[in-house]
Amino acid sequence: MTVERSDSLNQFELKISPHLHSGWTTKKVMWYVNLSLLPCVISAVIFFGWQQLFIIFTSIFFACGTEALIQKLSKRKISIDDGSAVLTGLLLALTLPPNFSLWATAIGSAFAIGIGKQVFGGLGFNIFNPALVGRAFLQAAFPVQITTWTMPNYSIDSVTLATPLAAFKFDKIITPLSSMLIGNVGGCIGETSGIAILLGGLFLIAVRIVNWRIPLSIIIGVFIFGGIFFLIDPMEYPSPIFHIFAGGFLLGAFFMATDYVTSPVTAKGMYIFGLGIALVLVIIRLFGGLPEGVMYAILFMNAFVPIINRYTLPEPFGLRK
Amino acid sequence: MKKEVNYSNEFLKGLWDINPVFKQVLGMCPVLAVTVSAINGLAMGLATTFVLVFSSLIVSLIRKIVPNQVRIATFIVIISTFVTIVDLVMKAKFPELSKALGPFIPLIVVNCLILGRMEAFASKNSVIRSLLDSTGNGIGFMLALIVLGSIRELLGNRTIFGFQVLPELYTPMLVMILPAGAFLTLGLLMGLSNWYVKKKEQEEIELIFSGYRSATTLNTQTELN
Repeated sequence: MTVERSDSLNQFELKISPHLHSGWTTKKVMWYVNLSLLPCVISAVIFFGWQQLFIIFTSIFFACGTEALIQKLSKRKISIDDGSAVLTGLLLALTLPPNFSLWATAIGSAFAIGIGKQVFGGLGFNIFNPALVGRAFLQAAFPVQITTWTMPNYSIDSVTLATPLAAFKFDKIITPLSSMLIGNVGGCIGETSGIAILLGGLFLIAVRIVNWRIPLSIIIGVFIFGGIFFLIDPMEYPSPIFHIFAGGFLLGAFFMATDYVTSPVTAKGMYIFGLGIALVLVIIRLFGGLPEGVMYAILFMNAFVPIINRYTLPEPFGLRK
Repeated sequence: MKKEVNYSNEFLKGLWDINPVFKQVLGMCPVLAVTVSAINGLAMGLATTFVLVFSSLIVSLIRKIVPNQVRIATFIVIISTFVTIVDLVMKAKFPELSKALGPFIPLIVVNCLILGRMEAFASKNSVIRSLLDSTGNGIGFMLALIVLGSIRELLGNRTIFGFQVLPELYTPMLVMILPAGAFLTLGLLMGLSNWYVKKKEQEEIELIFSGYRSATTLNTQTELN
């Protein structure tokens, strides 16, 4: 039996729901985020030299290579063109110290995609942010190399080789805010320039890729938890402003904590998630053995995302008696 | 009717089919904690095998006279006797190794692999079968520990059994000899073994299916003829 269609019906397209689409596909979102990291890449080249591009390209190349290899082995569709592997590679590279060895970068990148993402089933199934999983692995595997800092170009103070956080933690030296905004301080290649990260991050918020609740609640959380200690003893504990612009805070708050897969989906959950990151971060930075704690704070809160989602589900209208 | 006993299978099953580490997932504490190097894995494996084999022997010998209510306590007393022997011998003959393994030698007493084999096998089977079973399980456990220890030592320290394998150029990955490395290595190895088993099963199904298919095509052909 065949269904005869009149000519007037043929001009309609038959589609299944949803019929309204925002136009944002995974692919488009991922490439926009990649684009918004361009200022960080530029700041990396300006302050640490063009050699840092090798780290970035190595990281991206091995991330895509691992993704393609695993998808081929498990006979799934190869999806490196959706930009998520590129994003993982790029983010991982930006959190590495300048002149980090390339083969270690390759290992970290392959680990990030292989163990951080594909083991769980690929994009959308990973519990932890893949780039941070790779970074955590490298931190544990090569603890000396990953804390070897190089002096940035245009540095005003040639004595301090350490990062602003390490300088404060161990020597109580406060790096001026202007340097941390511009980026001529020691640190990982993509995290030093506050302006470059804010440029990309605010762009993502403006085009509504990133939900403003997460970065905002992390910043508010740092103001609350960091501020309490600052008020107790301003000499012993740094100000919340310092917390925000030092280290990988901005990169983490805007680009890593906001990863769609590993952050809560409810508005209330996002506030809890952000405040949790801020609390863990302040505790690690002030009382932990390490000067920096953004990575562990985000990974730690990633583990709570399923439970946050579960308990913050909005009640459907009319269900309450 | 007497049951047919396949003696070689009693021994071989411990090596792969019910490998204590990869299939039964028993005794994870020593597996994760002591496999920092291949030699530690070997020592731990030998000690466990010794305790396993001799406890199995005793338990299967007295299996008919032990009342059911006190069997676990009896097993523990027997096991701890042999663990004490191992511990004292190691302290006397290999003091360095004994220091490296630390509290994990006395902890063999509570290794669930050993108690598991007593409860599940030695207390229900004849002496010969129990001996074969415990030797197989012990060697399977030891091999798994050596593989795990070798991989971790190679990546974390460039060496296997103390001999340098990787060149100086290679920067050792410290994480591999930390606890995290144990979990990563064990998880990856277990995943690999599961993948291999699944692939074998798939192939077997495929084989049966293709045999069935060729048989049916033959049948239809003869019918056609």
